[in-house]
Amino acid sequence: MPKVKGYIEIDQERCKGCGLCINACPTKVIEFSEGFNSKGYHPAEAKYLDRCIACGFCYRMCPDVCITVYREE
Amino acid sequence: MEKVMVKGTEAIGEAAIRAGCRHFFGYPITPQSELPEYMSKRLPEVGGVFLQTESEVATVNMLYGAACTGTRVMTSTSSPGFSLMMEGVSYMACAQLPAVFVNVVRGGPGLGDIQPAQGDYWQATKGGGHGDYKLIVLAPSTVQEAVDLTVLAFDLADKYRTPTLILADGLLGQMMEPVTFPEFRDLSTLPDHSSWAMTGAKDREPHIITSFDIDPYILEKMNLELVEKYKEIEKNEVRWEEFMTEDAEIVITAFGTVARIAKSVVEMARKDGIKVGLFRPITVWPYPYEPLKKLTEKVDLFFDVEMNMGQMLEDVKLAIGDKKPVAFYSRMGGVVPTPTEIYEALKKEIGRRV
Amino acid sequence: MRKLLYKMPESLSGKEFTYCPGCHHGIVHRLVAEVIDELGIREKTLVVAPIGCSVFAYQFFNMDGTIAAHGRAPAVATGMKRARPDLYVFTYQGDGDLAAIGTAEIMHAANRGEKITTIFINNAIYGMTGGQMAPTTLLGMKTTTTPYGRDAQKDGYPMHMCEFLKEAKGVAYLARTKVTTPQDVEKTKKAIKKAFLAQIKGIGFGMVEVLSTCPTNWGMDPISAMKWLEEKMVPEYPLGIFVDKVGDEK
Ligand SMILES: Cc1ncc(C[n+]2csc(CCOP(=O)(O)OP(=O)(O)O)c2C)c(N)n1
Ligand code: SF4
Ligand code: SF4
Ligand code: SF4
Ligand SMILES: [Mg+2]
Repeated sequence: MPKVKGYIEIDQERCKGCGLCINACPTKVIEFSEGFNSKGYHPAEAKYLDRCIACGFCYRMCPDVCITVYREE
Repeated sequence: MEKVMVKGTEAIGEAAIRAGCRHFFGYPITPQSELPEYMSKRLPEVGGVFLQTESEVATVNMLYGAACTGTRVMTSTSSPGFSLMMEGVSYMACAQLPAVFVNVVRGGPGLGDIQPAQGDYWQATKGGGHGDYKLIVLAPSTVQEAVDLTVLAFDLADKYRTPTLILADGLLGQMMEPVTFPEFRDLSTLPDHSSWAMTGAKDREPHIITSFDIDPYILEKMNLELVEKYKEIEKNEVRWEEFMTEDAEIVITAFGTVARIAKSVVEMARKDGIKVGLFRPITVWPYPYEPLKKLTEKVDLFFDVEMNMGQMLEDVKLAIGDKKPVAFYSRMGGVVPTPTEIYEALKKEIGRRV
Repeated sequence: MRKLLYKMPESLSGKEFTYCPGCHHGIVHRLVAEVIDELGIREKTLVVAPIGCSVFAYQFFNMDGTIAAHGRAPAVATGMKRARPDLYVFTYQGDGDLAAIGTAEIMHAANRGEKITTIFINNAIYGMTGGQMAPTTLLGMKTTTTPYGRDAQKDGYPMHMCEFLKEAKGVAYLARTKVTTPQDVEKTKKAIKKAFLAQIKGIGFGMVEVLSTCPTNWGMDPISAMKWLEEKMVPEYPLGIFVDKVGDEK
């Protein structure tokens, strides 16, 4: 089975740093950013995008609708 | 149009339907249950909706919901029921939702009794619910007037986007009188609410209806908008009746049912050569302060008669100030004063002053 | 080539939610919006927001909306639906709103089979007013008005709305779900869709109770709050479909 490759975008200004996406990602793509956004949160950052499998778990769990998910085709 | 004999409550119902009201929500309470009963029979005949609610609290919120869609909607209740509606009425006033309420007032406070009274005047005209708001309050004194004011209530509610109240009492509600009904309004001629009503955000921005803003400066703006509206209503909508006031030396002030009784008192006094007249507010908010004040130029004594502890009396005194004396007579608890007892009280008052 | 899979649904306005970090209100908002998008009914849907943390819901959904007085959303929705049966109306309510002050309105709307949909957020607490006891607060749970823990003798028992409502003949769809895992989120979405279909098909009243976290007033971080929900709330409030007269989705 060919491995699905995914890509996500995180709206870091919108993000509240709750970590629900990080908790849900099966391949550990996301981590907290070192920096702050203007709300004062450490936003989520897609650090290891090459591992993304486009499962959409991060999107499903994000309470602030910050994440957009794509599949590389 | 031909005259028909109808009961006050039913006359209000029929008038509402003719005014284009197709939605009625209500909870039974004496002495007005004939109105919801009438609507439950009549509304389905004209394609309307009658719903008996689980409480007056639910009722007022159903009115809120129906009014949000821009339709003509109505309820009727009696005193304790109207008390329960106060939170919702306040919401509707702030959210600028048109609707017509009927309060067939009974004896109070508390559970009171089921006899006619006027103890809800303050509640009707001075607020009742929380916050700065006013209702347009119409006080009919005959069944025909109840019909006419019901139609007017819908028109004013729509024109000013505000809840409007018909302040009646059990006597008027139960009374049979010949009335002429207006023609049925063509529903397509009713005011257009498409600029604000909740009808589905198709090809336009969403319409939001709210009595809420967390920002005090915005809420203050909403308040000021209401204030402007209320000023406009005070300017345009004051209504009253004067009966034999042209040469009157004494003027009785009364509203609703009592005003009707007071008319007989005027006639009795006139027969005895006493020049008595009657001043009857039809809108108890906005109150006819100016026309009443004007009477002070030629009238020596004002005699306020009510079925409460002296609620409209405050407005009468506001209009008259210390220009002329204001005497007061009342019965409470659902006791309706007879013309004779009012006349006797008036004569005693005159005697005291000569 | 990048194929878009998941993005902000059209039925949301895009305005940032006012909820605390990790609060489940946001997930449920998005699910409702996704369902409305999929059903293609945004332009015919009216939202009735409650009083509670979701008081701003009318701003977050991209459709006509209002705020009902505390607990009265089902009555407001009834008024709307009776006046405009051609539109779709949903209420979004918290547990104080729906299960305390608004108990009469929800019971009667459900029992009348009012063709409306209710989304019920059970977070076992009054979020907006600062963490007081809700009718759904668990026994022993500390809140700002049960500082010694909720005591059944004094405060009564946790209120099970689905279990009460399932007896009402007017109910067409009724489920209790949670959104602590992506799989649960999908299940909740299916349930919400059915609760809307119950209305669209004119069968009756539909409601989904979603067990939700309130990290702020529970005094937990968002992940611990989800664990607590699983361990404490789920045993008290069993998940499941209580009524389903909608049948399959078609
Ligand atoms: C008549 C009335 N009583 C009380 C309140 C205060 N109040 C606002 S929100 C709320 C509780 C909300 O809790 P819940 O419904 O559980 O929603 P949550 O914030 O938890 O989502 C209360 C008591 C009010 N606004 N109106
Ligand atoms: S789509 Fe799946 S794999 Fe990709 S970041 Fe999100 S959760 Fe991780
Ligand atoms: S779930 Fe959303 S809000 Fe929370 S950290 Fe991830 S992107 Fe940010
Ligand atoms: S107080 Fe609780 S329910 Fe309210 S937004 Fe914050 S976490 Fe959510
Ligand atoms: Mg709550």
